[in-house]
Amino acid sequence: MSDINKEALYDYLLLLGDNSMILGQRLGELCGHGPELETDIALTNISLDLFGQVRNYFQYAAEVVADGRTEDDIAMLRKEHEYKSSLLVEQPNTDFAYVIVRQNFFDHYHYMLLSKLVDSKDEQIVAVAKKSIKEVEYHLDFSSTWVKRLGDGTEESRQRMQDAVNELYRFTRELFKPTETEERMANLGIGADLPSMEEDYYKQLHALLEEATLEVPQGEVFQYGGKEGRHSEYMGYILTDFQFMQRAYPNMKW
Amino acid sequence: MNKEWPIWEIFIRSKNGLDHRHVGSLHAADAEMAIQNARDVYTRRQEGVSIWVVESKHITASNPEKSGEYFEPAKDKVYRHPTFYKLPDELKHM
Repeated sequence: MSDINKEALYDYLLLLGDNSMILGQRLGELCGHGPELETDIALTNISLDLFGQVRNYFQYAAEVVADGRTEDDIAMLRKEHEYKSSLLVEQPNTDFAYVIVRQNFFDHYHYMLLSKLVDSKDEQIVAVAKKSIKEVEYHLDFSSTWVKRLGDGTEESRQRMQDAVNELYRFTRELFKPTETEERMANLGIGADLPSMEEDYYKQLHALLEEATLEVPQGEVFQYGGKEGRHSEYMGYILTDFQFMQRAYPNMKW
Repeated sequence: MNKEWPIWEIFIRSKNGLDHRHVGSLHAADAEMAIQNARDVYTRRQEGVSIWVVESKHITASNPEKSGEYFEPAKDKVYRHPTFYKLPDELKHM
């Protein structure tokens, strides 16, 4: 593999891992604070699934870059603008409706993405995708039943869900707008062709929202930037928490 | 209105061919949620391959006050156990 493609592969693995990592961190914040014991455990399980996937991507990324960096260095020691997670996953846990809507918006994308990556030309990516897709199928199932239950629930739950949908919908399109790296990887048959997934994504999502008696926001102005390192004001706070131990006690081992 | 979710009893089959066994209980608003919660709470360490859920109110239990008359008379009836048969060697796992 040429150096330029190697660099792009490294960058691509970070793109894949960062979404799961930041969402996993957001869900981790809820540990011990879930609305019910059972839901608390469910969300923490999802967080752990996502971190497991991140480890796979970053272990591989460390192998690709082969300059002594470890998976932990890659996860913990970048600066804010070097994280490539989308704006959607860094949005806060405003209430349970936000948690569920954010999760569901991401799960639809995540499941479709992995469905493509199981056919990647890169064997390691295929292996990770095959393992992850079963986990993510459950995430999607879990968040979709909650979308229906709360959307088509009480007046209050419906209103809260609609607020969350209205707030978070504008971050969805970024998932399908490829960065230069994502385009290159798609052309090489390693990565997923994101624009080709967009139509199906919105079709599925809108069908679910309709079933949940929720309205699809109209005339939305979509927000972009996270995948290129331009994050919202929330990201700094997430990283302050996330990186605290490594920054305070460099090279510490757990 | 009672805001607590109802309690469900959870039964897990650990392997195909074995029985579902009672493993505990949890809260859930409906059966579908009970299944998902059971999956998340009781099978996260590979405990099972199948889940049954039953809302606790549907279970009728024997009366603990009657345990004397119900269960103690069986204590001295050893002849009800098949321990007096000689099993052929080919028969294992009895």
